[in-house]
Amino acid sequence: MTTAISIEHISKSYHLGMIGRGTFAEDLRVWWAHVRGKPNPLLRIGEPDYTDRIGEEIWAVRDVSFTVEQGEAMGIIGRNGAGKSTLLKILSRVTAPTSGEIKVKGRIASLLEVGTGFHPDLTGRDNIFLNGSIMGMNREEVRRKFDEIVDFSGVEQFIDTPVKRYSSGMYVRLAFAVAAHLDPEILIVDEVLSVGDAEFQKKCLGKMGKVAEEGRTVLFVSHNLPAVQNLCQRAIVLNKGSSVFDGKCNDAVSFYLQSSLKSHTRVAWDLQNAPGNSRIQLVGASINAKAKLANGAGPFTTSDDLEIQVDFINKIPGDSDLGVTIHLIDERDIKVFVSSSTRTASQRIGPGIYRATCQIPRDLLNQGTFTINRLLFVKDRGFSVFEHQNVLTFDVILPGENQFGWVGKKEGVVRPALNWSIDPIKEIVSNPL
Amino acid sequence: MTTNDKQWDIIIRPHRRWFDLRIGELWRYRDMIMLFVWRDFVSVHKQTILGPLWYLIQPILTNLTFTVIFGSIAKLPTDNLPPFLFYMSATVIWTYFSNCLLKTGDTFIGNTNLFGKVYFPRLAVPISMLISNLITFVIQFILFLFFFFYFILNKAPIHPNLWILFTPILVLMMAGLGLGFGILISSMTTKYRDLRFLVQFGVQLLMYATPVVYSITSVPARFQMLVRLNPLTSIIETFRYAFLGSGTIQPFELLYSFIFMLVSVLVGALIFNRVEATFMDTV
Repeated sequence: MTTAISIEHISKSYHLGMIGRGTFAEDLRVWWAHVRGKPNPLLRIGEPDYTDRIGEEIWAVRDVSFTVEQGEAMGIIGRNGAGKSTLLKILSRVTAPTSGEIKVKGRIASLLEVGTGFHPDLTGRDNIFLNGSIMGMNREEVRRKFDEIVDFSGVEQFIDTPVKRYSSGMYVRLAFAVAAHLDPEILIVDEVLSVGDAEFQKKCLGKMGKVAEEGRTVLFVSHNLPAVQNLCQRAIVLNKGSSVFDGKCNDAVSFYLQSSLKSHTRVAWDLQNAPGNSRIQLVGASINAKAKLANGAGPFTTSDDLEIQVDFINKIPGDSDLGVTIHLIDERDIKVFVSSSTRTASQRIGPGIYRATCQIPRDLLNQGTFTINRLLFVKDRGFSVFEHQNVLTFDVILPGENQFGWVGKKEGVVRPALNWSIDPIKEIVSNPL
Repeated sequence: MTTNDKQWDIIIRPHRRWFDLRIGELWRYRDMIMLFVWRDFVSVHKQTILGPLWYLIQPILTNLTFTVIFGSIAKLPTDNLPPFLFYMSATVIWTYFSNCLLKTGDTFIGNTNLFGKVYFPRLAVPISMLISNLITFVIQFILFLFFFFYFILNKAPIHPNLWILFTPILVLMMAGLGLGFGILISSMTTKYRDLRFLVQFGVQLLMYATPVVYSITSVPARFQMLVRLNPLTSIIETFRYAFLGSGTIQPFELLYSFIFMLVSVLVGALIFNRVEATFMDTV
């Protein structure tokens, strides 16, 4: 076997505060305020101020090295902000690395997005040619595969209609169809499976599996662990820009689940370092499955009753109407819910240490990765006293062997067990009327 | 590059060398460039009532306005030529330059979405714009020829000469100047958007610093040097001389403009090439 991609010590850093604010005048205003010791005038209230840290480097990808053999299907997993997208952008030459070197043998096609360069006013036929050429095919290649592409997309009826009249599903199907027929030696795929309906997702996965079987190299980045396991033999796990695991796909997935479990479902602070202000201090937060409290192992499943606990110190003198509010988002940054304690546990509390508990019943959340991205302490039902961001992150999987049955992306943010009944209105005995 | 590198098709490094412009790669993407041209051409007048007629309406209205304002009201001398034709002989080639400059100047900002998702040689975009603007130019040039012959038949004092053969080179020089400055501006607007407004405004002002609505001979002597420093001046003057026979030809000024064009394209391409690698991080 020969090496298809050789990645050597790739790093990518961004400079805080160095990213242009858009206009020279605004940069000047920020600089002038900084000189006079005033706060950044353009900052939204409550946003952290990074002006003091201008020039500080944030490493999106740090010293990542690995090689991919020809014909290998490799997965890259990691949570949001782990550096997956940055690594893909470097590989697809959208942006350059800060240091390191990548050597590639063969043509790369990267699907960071499907339908790149589609023009809404042009017909489906025109867009196939346009999109194909942007992806690196020449006109002759597109012409050869044209029928196959149209066939795969299933929109042959509308091929001469401008794509702005397409439904979003048709649009995506056509876009993926072009991408699927690129025939590159190396295919880089980023989360394209999160589009389209279940049937189409299966078709896409099947197509990608075929690409891999044909001896071509596939790099697959996804949150969808079952799909990664289905498609890839090998996977690397990225965490905070570094590669923390490189090995068999199944091992990588369990490593990822284990490590994410340890690092994010429980936080605690010393009193000295606890985040907060003169009124509220946050000392800890955790999420547990009620049934698993004893051993505390394994990822949560959709049939676990979950319990979020928030420990805090209230320093507001006197009795006050204080509530705790959480915002929960899923891995696609879709807000699942906002829940406040004042709805169900309203009481006036005095200074002291408290524990707020929020129960998320079983059969509510769907599978996925959820983050409490905002935790707010609200006084008098409308006045935010203190806010802390990205407190906890946890994975929810389907219980039992169901876990790997459905390989497509989940459908719906929630997966509630609702009360159903089927009752007879009128039973037909013999004579249907 | 060591011999060992030969076995790889793509090598991704933090920085490209200054003169690694990868023209060969651009050639491989020629189909895409032509599709871009075709897309711009087809889509620009979609959902308009008059459609491609706009290619003709714009220059006619512009030159009529000039005729009324600068010819009839301000009474600027037009070397005894029909004012309409006098203005048109300059605006037709000037419009090509200003379109090229404005369009290529928007390369990075206008295509952020595309550039952020897929790799292709970025120079393909400004080049496709030169070509699609060339189509517009050809249409408007034909319109110009129509009026040109109309006025000849009406016995206007027009003296076309062999400098007409120079037209393709003049067009090339306009394209080069538009491209060079356009991609330079585009590279600089990735950080500061202010420049975009400056350019739109600046192009309008630049037209008045170029003998478009007046002829160089009517410029007071003390400003002559200044106007002649403008590399566009000799191009416009030569074009007008070739078709209408008014004004003068200054071969050295033309050579100056040509060298100016070459330098601006080279400098523009070098800087564009540097910015292209990481512009996604700053845009």
